Amino acid sequence: MAIQAWLPIEGGDAAGALRKFLAGLLSAGYVDALLVPCRLVGEEAVTPALVESPEALEACEPLAPVMSHNMAVMAGRLTVMDTGRRVGVWLRPCELRALIELTKLHQATLDHVLTIGVDCLGTYEVADYAAMVRAGKQPAELWRGAADGEAVPADGYVLRSACRMCEYPASASADIRIGLLGLDFPRQVLVESEEPLPVELPPAEVPARRQEVLERVRARRTAERDAAFAAWRAEVPDLRRLAERFATCIRCHNCMVACPICYCKECIFRTPTFDHEPEQYFRWAERRGVLRMPTDTLLFHITRLNHMATSCVGCGLCESACPSHLPVATLFRSVAQSVQALFNYEAGRSLKDELPLATFREDELTDLGK
Amino acid sequence: MADFEPRIVAFLCNWCTYTAADLAGTSRLQYPPNVRVIRLMCTGALDPVYVSKALLEGADGVLIGGCHPGDCHYQSGNYKARRRIAILHTILAQLGFDPQRVWLRWISASEGQRFADTVTEMVEHLRRLGPNPMRELPMS
Repeated sequence: MAIQAWLPIEGGDAAGALRKFLAGLLSAGYVDALLVPCRLVGEEAVTPALVESPEALEACEPLAPVMSHNMAVMAGRLTVMDTGRRVGVWLRPCELRALIELTKLHQATLDHVLTIGVDCLGTYEVADYAAMVRAGKQPAELWRGAADGEAVPADGYVLRSACRMCEYPASASADIRIGLLGLDFPRQVLVESEEPLPVELPPAEVPARRQEVLERVRARRTAERDAAFAAWRAEVPDLRRLAERFATCIRCHNCMVACPICYCKECIFRTPTFDHEPEQYFRWAERRGVLRMPTDTLLFHITRLNHMATSCVGCGLCESACPSHLPVATLFRSVAQSVQALFNYEAGRSLKDELPLATFREDELTDLGK
Repeated sequence: MADFEPRIVAFLCNWCTYTAADLAGTSRLQYPPNVRVIRLMCTGALDPVYVSKALLEGADGVLIGGCHPGDCHYQSGNYKARRRIAILHTILAQLGFDPQRVWLRWISASEGQRFADTVTEMVEHLRRLGPNPMRELPMS
């Protein structure tokens, strides 16, 4: 029987109550360690941290609306080999979905992981978050809109574009689910779990309003997503236009490094596969009169699409990492939508759905090969 | 456009379509000389990066030839290739590039005539489509 309970909150300090709840999981030995967002060095940055001692959770920032890394990648580093330890991992919906994909890609295991899925209203860019802290603003005030599911960023700031068009405000499949939206935030925080918890919590009756608010957020974000995709497709009708739109790509590969799905230890674009003998470059230049260097910029993006679009969860860290501020996430999400639809696949939906590229059916796609 | 000669890059599996191309040659079958053949051990070993590279550098068409479904020398390589090409087609269509410049065809070792006919048909198809629009870009 699933547990639904309220977190006891003192003085409207929801983050404090969450810290206390997490400390309880650690103290009770329910998990050996916690992978949670923490403010460890300075005030401006919140990053994933592996916490062993309950006291260290003082630095935990469960509600900081910033995502420096996709937590799923860190979870993979801790679980790809069995250490006999059980770790609790704090995950936004896009991070949980990435972790499910990485598990299927054999880059993580969930055998000894307690997934703690938390509702998400969206995140700021890392630099914006730091600037807000420097200016004495409270980024976590974003949660003021939690009750109505309204994410109103601070004056002069916007949420990351991937967050604005994210239709996943909550995780359905985490072991423990932390509900924040559609409740009386910050006086109410919901805890749901399939398994008995080591801490005593008063039982909750979830108000119907929560589902309504979640639906409303999904509808609004889906509309935003569809509008963004439509605008993008209109702006970039063909490959030539895409090449022009991505002309400022400096081939730093940041998008690839930030992508939780791009896990290859040796990416083909970091091998000499597309390095040619000098003579070859001169021949190409001679044939066309001019040769852009470095070559293969569009090839890089199209290949990354071919390799990871089936598992793209839309976290948008590719775009956050782009020094040229290219709409990488919009490109990848819009293409991924069609690619995943081809196999009725939804990245991160379930461990049970086989990766489209790891399986096949004999009777499918018969009009393609002839 | 009258003197437009389409250039096709063909990725052919060692066991079936490459052997079919060989048979077409030894049987002295006539087909247009517009195709440049690259031999692979299996269509399942073809990373889409090479198809994309050919297209971005101006190949007018890419032909991928493998064993008929059920006949793969490695059991299921051609089924896996079919999924990869389906994904590539979807991506190209999304990016506004005609996916019908990329053909996946099953041609067994004994089907030399079928290989010659496929190349002939593809050259005609590409003549109608015209040159690959990416040809004019100074390498993207």
